[in-house]
Formats: sequence, C-alpha cells, structure tokens
Amino acid sequence: MKPEHSRRNFMKTSAIITGGILTSPFVLPKAYAAPDNHLKLALIGCGGRGTGAVFQAFETGHPIKLVAMADAFRDRLDGSLKPILDKYGAEKVVVPEERKFVGFDAYKQAIAEADVVILATPPGFRPPHFEEAVNQGKQIFMEKPVATDAAGIRRVLAAAEIAKAKKLNVVVGLQRHYQSNYRETIQRIHDGAIGDITGGQVYWNDGGVWVRERQPGQTEMEYQMRNWYYFNWLCGDHITEQHVHNIDVANWVKQGYPVKAEGTGGRLVRTGKEHGEIFDHHVVTFTYADGSVIHSECRHFPGAANRVDESFQGTKGKAYLSAGNHGNLSDWKGNAIYSHNRENNVNPYQQEHNELWDALFKGEYKFADAENAAKSTMTSIMGRYATYSGKVLTWEEALNGKVDLFPEKLAWDTSPKVLPNEDGYYPHAIPGKTQVI
Amino acid sequence: MLFRYRILLLFIAALFTAWILKNRELFEAYTQVIPGTQVKFTMVPIPGGSFLMGSANEKYSDETPAHRVEIEPFWMCTHEVTWDAFELFLDKNYETAISEGPIGQVVDGLSRPSLPYLDMTFGMGKEGKPAIGMTQYGAIQYCHWLYLKTGIFYRLPTEAEWEYAAKAGTKSSYFFGEDAKKLSEYAWIAENSNESTQKVGLKKANPWGLFDIYGNVMEWTSDQYEADFYERSPEKNPQNPSIKLYPRVVRGGSYKHKAEEISSARRFQSEPKWKQLDPQIPKSQWWFPEAPFLGMRLVRPLNPPSPEEIKAYYTKAPIDDY
Repeated sequence: MKPEHSRRNFMKTSAIITGGILTSPFVLPKAYAAPDNHLKLALIGCGGRGTGAVFQAFETGHPIKLVAMADAFRDRLDGSLKPILDKYGAEKVVVPEERKFVGFDAYKQAIAEADVVILATPPGFRPPHFEEAVNQGKQIFMEKPVATDAAGIRRVLAAAEIAKAKKLNVVVGLQRHYQSNYRETIQRIHDGAIGDITGGQVYWNDGGVWVRERQPGQTEMEYQMRNWYYFNWLCGDHITEQHVHNIDVANWVKQGYPVKAEGTGGRLVRTGKEHGEIFDHHVVTFTYADGSVIHSECRHFPGAANRVDESFQGTKGKAYLSAGNHGNLSDWKGNAIYSHNRENNVNPYQQEHNELWDALFKGEYKFADAENAAKSTMTSIMGRYATYSGKVLTWEEALNGKVDLFPEKLAWDTSPKVLPNEDGYYPHAIPGKTQVI
Repeated sequence: MLFRYRILLLFIAALFTAWILKNRELFEAYTQVIPGTQVKFTMVPIPGGSFLMGSANEKYSDETPAHRVEIEPFWMCTHEVTWDAFELFLDKNYETAISEGPIGQVVDGLSRPSLPYLDMTFGMGKEGKPAIGMTQYGAIQYCHWLYLKTGIFYRLPTEAEWEYAAKAGTKSSYFFGEDAKKLSEYAWIAENSNESTQKVGLKKANPWGLFDIYGNVMEWTSDQYEADFYERSPEKNPQNPSIKLYPRVVRGGSYKHKAEEISSARRFQSEPKWKQLDPQIPKSQWWFPEAPFLGMRLVRPLNPPSPEEIKAYYTKAPIDDY
C-alpha cells in the first residue's frame, strides 16, 4: 500500500474526521428499534481508560446499556464494573455473570452481545479485536494506538476498508481531533494562514509511566500482560503508545504521511528488569513527500525538562499547539494571527463520545477514523523501526515489514517471543544490529 | 560489614534526632536538607498568637464574619514546594539515582504517586518552579515521604494557620496595606506572570519571611471548604477536617488571578472539573490535570502530635473519585 501524499488524496480519507462528509445513513440494526430504543454497549479491555470511555458514553445522556465486558483478567473486569455500576446503576449497567468474559478469546463473545463496542485493551490486541468487531458489523470506538507492528497495521487497514463498505462508524481516541484548539488552529493552517508548512517539531518528553512488579507464581505471559507497557508486542514502545498523539498532529497538519524516517534512540536511565525491552528515548526525523521535515522527540527521563506539544513553521508564519488548549498562529514578525481561548474548552475525551453517539442515535454514518489512526500509528512504528535499527526507512519498507511481534499462540502457559535472560533482563534493540522489518 | 553499616546509620539517626530536639528548643529558622540530596528548604518560626480571621468584605461573604482565632506556634516554609523536591518523591527510581547512598527501606515501601499521564509542568518548567497540580492527598503523601526521610512531622497548614501566616500581624487586605496596585511587587499574578508559574522567591517576602504567599500558585490547606464555616468556627486552632473530596480549601490566588481577586482572607475551593481531562476511571488520586495553578507549602507544628496521630494523618485512605 502506498501512502497518500497529495492533499487531495489525504482529504479523501480524512475529511470525515474533520466533519465534512456525511454519506447516506447506515442500516439500523433491529436492536435500535427495541421498545426502549437503547443501544447495547460492550467494553473490551477493562482498564482505567476503557472504564473512563464507558463513563463518557453514559455522560452523553443517550439511552445506552452496558451489557457485556471482556478482559484477560477477572480482577480487572471486576475493578472496572464496580465504579460503572456505582455511578450509573443497575438499570443501565446490565452485566450479569454470563456476560462477563475473561481470557484471550473473551472479546469475541462480548462483541457479539452489543451494537457498539469500546476497544481499549493494550494496543497489541487492537488488530484482531477491530477485525472481529468489523466482521460482526458493530459500531466502534477504539483507543489509540491501533497496532504495535506493521503486520498489525496491515490488518487494521484492511478491516478499515471493510468498515467503510459496511458503513460502520469508527471513532479512534486520538482525541486531539476532537479538541477545539486543534480543530480551529489546524483548519486555519489548512486555509493557508501561515503559508506552506516547511517544518515542525513534535514532543512527548516527560518522566515516564507506571511499572507493575512481577508477582510470585506469574507465568511469563501473565507478567508481560500485567506489565504490558514495557513489551513491544503489547505496547509498541512509548514512541507509539504516547507519542503517536503528537506524530498524528504532524500528519494532520501536513495532510499526509512521511515518505522516510531516520532516528536515534536507546535506554539510558530506565534500564531495570522491570523495564522490559522498550527504549527510554527516541529522536526521529520524518521527511514528507514535499521535502519538509518534522523532528519528533520522545523521552522518559525523570528529573529532566518536560515538553509535550507541537510546533510548525510555514512560509508565512508559525504555529504552536498543545493538549493544554494552546493554539497559536503568528507571522514571522510575531504578530498574532490566531490565539485560541484556553478557558472553558470542552473535554475532548467527552467530545469524541458526544459526536459518535449523536451520530449513532441519528442513524448517521459519519466517522471513519481507522485509516488515519492506522497510518499515524504506522508513522510512529516507522520511527521505532528507525531508532531500533539505525537504518533509514521508507514508508513502503516499514509498512511491508515482515517482523511480527505477536506470540504464535496466546495462552497463559505459552511464551511471548521476547524472554528474559537468566538474570531477568530482557534483550533490547541495538541500533546497527537489530532487524526490524 | 552490613552490621557495622547499620550501627553507623543508627548513630547518624541519633545525631540527627538530637539536632532536631535542639532546633525545636530554639524555635528558630532552620534549613532542612532532604537526606542524601542537595535539595533543601528553609522553615521560619511563626509565633503563636491570636488574630482576626476573615474580613468584613461583602463581595466575598464566605470571609465573614471576621472572628478572633488563636493559633499555636509552628514553622512555615519560606517558599512553595518546588519540582526539585517534589519529583524526588514522585519517582523512586529518580530518587534512588540522585541520592547518595540508599534511600532507606521505609521510604522504599511508601505509596508514591502514579506517574502522571500528562506533562504536569504544562510546559512551564521545573527548576525552581513550584510543583503543581497535585491533589490534597498527594500533597499530604509528600509530607509523609518527608517524614519518613527526616523524622519530622511536616504537614499542610490548616486554613486558619495559612491566613494567620499570610497576615503576619497585619489587619489590612494585604500584608502590605490596601493598595492592590502594589501586589505586583510581592506576587506573580495575572498582570505580571505572562500566564505562567515563576521561580519561587523572586518577589518581596511578607513580614514573617514568606515568599509568594499571594499568587504564583494557590496553596493547599487541610480544611474542607464550607462557605459558612466562620459562623461556627471554634476559637482555638480551628480546622474543618476534610471529609468530602470536594470542595477543599486552597489559598493565596495564583499567576492566573487578578490583583483584585486576591487578599489574605480570600478563600478558594477545589473543584471536580480540575480532573476533567483525566481519561481514566477511577480518576487519579494524585493529579489534577487542569489545575496548573495549584501547589503547596509545608508547615511543622512546634509541638507535634503523638506518633499515633501522626500515623493517622498520613495514612488516611483517599476517597475514590469517579
């Protein structure tokens, strides 16, 4: 598959996201016409984010019933159900024992119970879960990133095509697309407010995230599943798991995807056994079809300066954006062109559900976020391939990469592909040696 | 070797305790070094006494009635807690990396904050800048960590202690008088902050040596906010213990507040919407992703409570937020 570099092609795939196209309504499943007219929701992946997404679905005020939940672990499912039930009550939260599904295959059964599904497991599972939801014809909210390797991306892209053909709404939790400072500012950039974008810098530099310690009696599979952030088949490294947000903004601003990536990264301060195989820093330059370059930097260094934002330079001015509701455009003399009002902005995590559920209850087909999400995730994976291998990679090379990180078989007693050595440390990529594609 | 090492540690601990006792007798300003690091802060004595708490301000009726309050002596930190110190508590690996020698078994078992999923500096920088966005629970757990490291009972001020220290014996709206225009000499506020926190201690201090008591960041107290609390507040060491998660009292205004919104008596309250941007449920016990204007300042009572009371203060379970 080729990246779509031209503005015209990009618009074709992403206009829906920015709210332009409204095609004919999808066919209402029978459940929609049920006497009390509610939609049935299933949650796949019962962590804090999935639980939060269920709250946001309910907060839309639409008649929704949570009818099924699935997780690899029973304790995670129970821990998620409690606050949902406490907050929204047994009328709306109808998850009896027979619709609590636990284990690696739990998602299939839970998806079958619902009209709408929330896919919020660690990202390594997103390709099979998304495929299944599309095959079963469900409306979908899924979290970012949408895969952890090129093999997964190809599956998501293929399923995204089927979702379009079936007119299934797909919203992806790249919530900056639903945040008003990004929408307002990037629309102005696309309208030419600062000319053509010639370069940019996108950052996710902070102190890092949680660690879950190994518990006695855990199999290697269970340990990796619990401490998933540090294993690539599950997480994709933080360049994918977190920094995809900022890389996605670069693609959005550039209205395309990079043709080439090169970079440097490593493990400098986060080097424990509990830190698995992921790097603690990546610095990548992404080159786009028009020759413009985006500098991407992400690191987990506690004590060092933090920076999570996006800057762009154009022929007529510059842009500064952040999740803290910054959206500033100015010319090269420093005159403000646009300054987004940072006060009283709508919570983007709520907004993405407001828009999705409004469309669902109107019977509209309005959202096809999966393709862009897959390509932005792919961009981040290409960055990781570049830092892991030390090689310069083209989009085609990266997207067609043959290395599949996923275990041959998923079971508590089978082994993931990356295992600790006798001292408990995991092998990690060595630039110049490691094969990534 | 190990045994010898333990003896040495005990000896150091004994010396340290002796130093603390000496210091306590003196009730003077002192510098607290966070053990094993170069990070330090200064505590100044706030003499016991009585003052008129609140105001007769009709604009903010929760400041009324002004009422007489007696306060026991305590030390207060001259500055707001900075990231330099708070980040040691935030991240055990970082603390271990930066500390000379082991960080200690007890501290090792402490409950630490979840690492924030967002950049909690909000792009405003760390070095010398106030730590921001922590919940009251997180602020108290920072005190707990300091207690385990130093053996000294640090805690949040009560609302009454905070106002007593801010007023520093004055009766005017500000400790320097009534002229709001002068506030920029003493505080980082909307008019001069360029919409950002600033390094602590760059402005003039109050008469008791406290910097940034107005502006820069709002400061946590331990009290529940109730608009009518002053109508029934006890006279001696009043406090309104936090039972509900919201609202709780924060004081002093911040870099986002205009001069006219700030005074010694002005009461602010915590809000659930400060956690709106937290995408997880249950929401973090530790962080307010939409309160970059909120920080903390330490106090230490001259007469510490019993070890049981100290333990109870630090180990109060957080309330689920969803």
